[in-house]
Amino acid sequence: MEYVAGIDVGSTQAKGVILDGQGTVVGKAILDMETNMGTAAERVFERVLANANLYASDIVFTVATGYGRYRVTFGDLQVTEISCHARGAVAEFPGTRTVLDIGGQDTKAIRIGDSGEVVDFAMNDKCAAGTGRFLGAASFALEMPLSELGPLALKSTKPVKITTTCTVFAETEIIGHLAKGHLPEDVLMGMHHSIATRCASLVRRVGLAPEITFSGGVSRNQAMVVLLQEVLGMPLNVSAQAQFMGAIGAALYALDNVYAGRRSSHEKEAVQ
Amino acid sequence: MILTVGIDIGSTYTKAVMMDETRQIRATAIRRSGYKPAAAATSVYDDLLANAGVAKKDVNYIATSGYGRYMVPFRHTQITELTCHALAVAYHFPQARTILDIGGQDIKAIRIDDRGRVRAFRLNDKCAAGTGAFLEKTARYLGLTTADIGPYALRSTKFVEISSVCAVFAESEVINHLSSGIAPEDIMQGAITALAGRAVQLMKRVGLENDYALAGGMTQNAAMVAALEANLAAPLNLPPQGLGQLNGAFGAALLGLRRVERLYAEGRDIPPPGGEGPDTTVHTTRRWSVFIQSAKQPVPVESKNGFIALKTVRKGRK
Repeated sequence: MEYVAGIDVGSTQAKGVILDGQGTVVGKAILDMETNMGTAAERVFERVLANANLYASDIVFTVATGYGRYRVTFGDLQVTEISCHARGAVAEFPGTRTVLDIGGQDTKAIRIGDSGEVVDFAMNDKCAAGTGRFLGAASFALEMPLSELGPLALKSTKPVKITTTCTVFAETEIIGHLAKGHLPEDVLMGMHHSIATRCASLVRRVGLAPEITFSGGVSRNQAMVVLLQEVLGMPLNVSAQAQFMGAIGAALYALDNVYAGRRSSHEKEAVQ
Repeated sequence: MILTVGIDIGSTYTKAVMMDETRQIRATAIRRSGYKPAAAATSVYDDLLANAGVAKKDVNYIATSGYGRYMVPFRHTQITELTCHALAVAYHFPQARTILDIGGQDIKAIRIDDRGRVRAFRLNDKCAAGTGAFLEKTARYLGLTTADIGPYALRSTKFVEISSVCAVFAESEVINHLSSGIAPEDIMQGAITALAGRAVQLMKRVGLENDYALAGGMTQNAAMVAALEANLAAPLNLPPQGLGQLNGAFGAALLGLRRVERLYAEGRDIPPPGGEGPDTTVHTTRRWSVFIQSAKQPVPVESKNGFIALKTVRKGRK
């Protein structure tokens, strides 16, 4: 039995996935990033092997993607996260024509053609507004874990409008609103709304076409999903493994390479 | 004797200056603005009175400035910080024409004329890149206080480039640099160089005209001053010892004094405090949209009551 791996080294978390020869996910792992991207990638690889109950020698091809893809020393090939996210999204939702990926430090909108190829993309990686880091600021200011932000925001009855664009200033603004007596859920809903409108304008830049698949860590946030559906005016596909979209896409590229007869350099060494 | 007070309620610090009719500074006070700028203004005013050993009733006139200027109920008037910085710089350096003020949450470039009137200005208060917050965040990651930034960066021998524009992303970049073994002072110097570059960009947009002056708390940061001077290839005029951060408050006190002198000269009394003008109790740090003066566009002109009024200047008028 032959297996392939996809490693997605993002800005905030490293994700690893192992697929079998049929493209079925047999193992996955996720780790918070550490300062050294190379070791983070190695550790997530160990974890995913353990999760799949396999040895490194069982993996015939590894594709690395994400912002730290060139730091993955054991990778056989690097593929951009744009291609990988598109590939992963189409694999799970074949009707996908637009992908919105909200990550920890960047937001990508990808337009996909009828045969699943990337037609266009727009990316915000220059400014933290409209990325996961904006929620990170809320989490910091409210002293609340990220996973609790969405459910709490959904309890809001009258959202506060967040007027600042900059994440740094938004932190101050949140505290200012709280000091004035606004409820945390109303302030949070305002934060979510701010991200949703910014992301929606990014999607419109590549052209909005159904179906839309929402991926990345922020897609686990229910309030974000609800708001984006409202702002974009259509339902979103959200996978249960949305955080692994990039890694799954990378692993699928690895599988292509295996079918094309290419093998991992590590394995070649072993044969010699 | 006339005593006037200028209070500059900034996004990060609230500063106050008390001045007498000889234009001598009687006392100064500084506090962090915190989340209740109105309360900070009251405490700073109390500190100022205590420092000067003056009773409240002896103060003739109070002028407020900064983004929290409308939040002080005991003010006689409020003046934009642009006017205050311009006046104060023109008082110290009559030859100065372009002023840079790097604040905690915004950055201003102001071009003034020979009488200290604002001719053009540009403001960035939308994005923390290029404001003091950028340095503060970098320093926080390196475990430094704001006062340490300058001396620390001066130890740098070769700075590392900070390529991120966003202050939030710069943080991650700092961590990466640290983990790859780059010395903290070189990272700090990199952040200062990046900020200086952005500040000079803003100055160029109002039109660089020498002499240059720097106002605000950044005047205490020798590394920042050096980086700016290197980028401008010209010296910067710095307000006298300790007055850099107080520049806006100094300008407010000075303008207050002039107004009192004029009222007295006209034989009129000082109106009771209470503050005229719109009371914007909504607390927001974002106030202005950026605009610049040209011959046809509205320009900020100081009107009789001290407001910056927007007036269209006819062509040919000086």
